[in-house]
Amino acid sequence: MSNTKFSKEHEWITLDGEVGTIGITKHATEMLGDIVFAELPEKGSNVEKDGTAGVVESTKAASDVYTPVSGEVVDTNQIIVDDPAKINEDPEGAAWFFKLKMKDMSEMNSLMNKEEYDKFAKESAS
Amino acid sequence: MNIKKTALYQLHKEHNAKFVEFAGYSMPIQYSEGIVKEHNITRSKSGIFDVSHMGQLFIKYSNDITSKLQEILPTDLKNLKINQSKYSFLMKENGGIYDDLIITRMKDQYMIILNAACKENDLQIIRNKLNDQSLEINNNFSLVAIQGPESKSILESVVSNVSKLKFMNGENFSFENDEIYITRSGYTGEDGFEISLPNKVAISFVEELILKGSTLIGLGARDTLRLEAGLCLYGHDINENTSPVEANLKWAISKNRINDNFIGSHQIKKQIEEGVSKLRVGIKPETRVIARESTKIFDEKDNEIGKVTSGTFGPSVNASIAMGYISNSHSKTDTKVFLEVRGKKVPANVCDLPFYKKSYVKGEANV
Repeated sequence: MSNTKFSKEHEWITLDGEVGTIGITKHATEMLGDIVFAELPEKGSNVEKDGTAGVVESTKAASDVYTPVSGEVVDTNQIIVDDPAKINEDPEGAAWFFKLKMKDMSEMNSLMNKEEYDKFAKESAS
Repeated sequence: MNIKKTALYQLHKEHNAKFVEFAGYSMPIQYSEGIVKEHNITRSKSGIFDVSHMGQLFIKYSNDITSKLQEILPTDLKNLKINQSKYSFLMKENGGIYDDLIITRMKDQYMIILNAACKENDLQIIRNKLNDQSLEINNNFSLVAIQGPESKSILESVVSNVSKLKFMNGENFSFENDEIYITRSGYTGEDGFEISLPNKVAISFVEELILKGSTLIGLGARDTLRLEAGLCLYGHDINENTSPVEANLKWAISKNRINDNFIGSHQIKKQIEEGVSKLRVGIKPETRVIARESTKIFDEKDNEIGKVTSGTFGPSVNASIAMGYISNSHSKTDTKVFLEVRGKKVPANVCDLPFYKKSYVKGEANV
């Protein structure tokens, strides 16, 4: 995942042209526990960097999902809505949350690369 | 305040428990398997729960004590047989509940199991009522529950003859030359047992159960299990301002005590005769969205008619489930209601409890 970047809110984004695929990190799922509910943004809606773009609920609590960049939501992953347990199984692969068309490509610069994120996640966990 | 640990703390640690503070105790919320798997293990096989944080109060039996206890519990204790258990409430003057509890008449004493968060307050109430300030919660004993369909045979292989116990009955048994007391009971909606045993043998006893095929289960799964079974959690679904009648737990008030005197009996009698304005019901959202405690409930005309007191995702029913108090006029099964979750109104239906059908009774233990 070389062109994948990470946010401090534990989301990842993989860029393909100007379309980014966004999900939550494995570290996030380990913190949350068993995920039993997922709510995604509506297709066609506009989301702002660091704004709420969904919700996940574990057996323990509800957590907001934030978008690491701004843009228009062009696709959502119905699979995780129908079977939220998929998010625990493959959070950084098949269980992506939504795709968006980026508004400002420079927003990618504010995000962490894998190495930086792993360090950040390790520190925030301790 | 110093955080307390149960006698099984070290064993939880060895089994990679994640701990949370609960009622002043460091308790395992889950182990490495996670809440959903632990829930399913309990439903399909057998799970072990450390509930040693709960208070175990032993009171010497006498006719006088029985009469005094009947003044604070709405249960017919005079006809309680030796080794029989009953679910009961420590009543408040307004008809509310100070705590829910299980009382068992042992051979020459009562055993009362109290909620961890309430036990100190309960103790003081009982001390005052019995006029005995020397009463103490017995902290030398642990309390372990084993629940689920395979629990009977697993426990039988460690404690002979335990499978003859009937639901809500107990008896003395022994383990490693120590006397232990086992009741057939639990709080998961499964057949199971609760074992009161000396702290010094708690770890070896639980290790034996694990060796025979049971698994340690955390408080997280205990909560999803009890909610699926429609059972109340004190401090959430029942409290000092909800009466057993409002909580739909009227069945736990002994019939011959309804017209008798106990603390709060005036209010209870009035509620039974005149009805109540709110009632605890089961609520099933139409989507997977979870309605947690304090979620507001509305009718079709957008009037607020109640509040959720517990809500989670039920792994065995594969659906979002909740319970709460709703105005009596909307408490009928299948009434359509709306739950306000994150600003949106989620359609839901009032439903019968439990969400998950109990299987307390198995084979020869039919009651």
